[in-house]
Amino acid sequence: MDLKKTALYDVHVRLHAKMVPFAGYAMPVQYRGIREEHRRVRQTVGVFDVSHMGEIVISGPRALDMVEKLTVNDVASLAVGQAQYTAMCYPHGGIVDDLLVYRFADRFLLVVNAANIEKDFNWMLENKIDGCEIENQSARYTQLAVQGKKAEATLQKLTDVDLNAIPFYWFTEGVLAGVPMIISRTGYTGEPGFELYFDNAPAEEVWEHIFSAGAEFDIEPIGLGARDSLRLEKKMCLYGNDIDDTTNPLEAGLGWITKLDKGDFIGREALQKIKEQGVTRRLVAFVLDKPGFPRKGYPILKDGENVGQVTSGTVSPILEKGIGLGYVNRPHTKTGTSIEIDIRGRRLPATIIKPPFV
Amino acid sequence: MNIPADLKYTKEHEWVRREGDTVTIGITDYAQGELGDVVFVELPQAGDAVQKEDAFGTIEAVKAVADLFCPVDGEVTEVNDALADAPDTVNTDPYGEGWMVKVKMSAPDQFDTLLSAADYEKLIS
Repeated sequence: MDLKKTALYDVHVRLHAKMVPFAGYAMPVQYRGIREEHRRVRQTVGVFDVSHMGEIVISGPRALDMVEKLTVNDVASLAVGQAQYTAMCYPHGGIVDDLLVYRFADRFLLVVNAANIEKDFNWMLENKIDGCEIENQSARYTQLAVQGKKAEATLQKLTDVDLNAIPFYWFTEGVLAGVPMIISRTGYTGEPGFELYFDNAPAEEVWEHIFSAGAEFDIEPIGLGARDSLRLEKKMCLYGNDIDDTTNPLEAGLGWITKLDKGDFIGREALQKIKEQGVTRRLVAFVLDKPGFPRKGYPILKDGENVGQVTSGTVSPILEKGIGLGYVNRPHTKTGTSIEIDIRGRRLPATIIKPPFV
Repeated sequence: MNIPADLKYTKEHEWVRREGDTVTIGITDYAQGELGDVVFVELPQAGDAVQKEDAFGTIEAVKAVADLFCPVDGEVTEVNDALADAPDTVNTDPYGEGWMVKVKMSAPDQFDTLLSAADYEKLIS
């Protein structure tokens, strides 16, 4: 199958990015090097082409009811102009996807993982109620994430919108670099920053403007490799690694987005039961006490006994230590617990920590 | 792609440089590019007896982990301890400061059976 290309594909190739297949797209995994790019975002500012992400619009008089039914967080509490991190669950409580919900005056925008666009869209159609429209607009949008302490200073040069006035997890519609777009103070790095959604046509122009504006901060393009290590250092979940249809939000540490008393939604009954009975395992964050690289699938041991499995891992470019997430059976999940990670037959000591890592 | 003509190579992407009966071993420019940022290198110890095709080291990179295979029989005489503090040298200077292990060959004619630069280039193209 031919890989899909984002509107910025030619730019990435010109920048000598290493392109890899990801969720059906040819995407840049790195430009200069994952660790250098990672540190750039922590230090000043970097730009990610994340146009592979999916955008699904729900509109109509009963749009709110539809989004409430589909997602675990409290949608009614959102003001117009506000965004929310949430998840969709199956009736058994397993996770369909994690996503962002944006509330507009006349519609909701749901931003979903690239690998799940079709699955999510079909799931929404399957559960559609009367009085709403559901539209997959993923192909229409270019999405850029501009992340880092200098993101605001960079973007403010390109727009009359007062960026400072946009609080965390709020957004506005405005013109930036001459292009109308959604400007959202959100991100997947744990740094201050913005995500921008706009039509594909002016993508290269917008990209060039942002890089000119950020030149004084040594702005750099950032690939998917650093996107993964940046989110991991902040213990943000990655669908397909840390969460999937076999995990539920309560054990994944996403109880804070799961509003069991908001009214009915798909999965509520199962999650209520899980909450009453108590989860049997938890997603924990751990740091290796010795040099090593924990990877997805490696067993986690406590006193020689298998108590879990790594779901994400890396060597933190900031801590210079092996870090990871994994599901661990209770009661071995407390902060400070000593565990071992089985790295291809070698057991390395690790300690459960209270996230984030940095 | 940098493939120095004066070195020998293996199918597993090691390069081998001979000085008398001792060889210096590292991974190729191609290999470091495929692995991405090297964050951690595990090497054998000086004095270890090694055999051709033994996995005698591990290279942990951001995207993948790879074994380092020994291209000849012999004894490890030296390892590049500097890689413990600066594993990224494997990326920036794979044929120079990024070398990994020196082995004194017990069967020096094994060296001649390794791939030439031209053969290695064919292998990866």
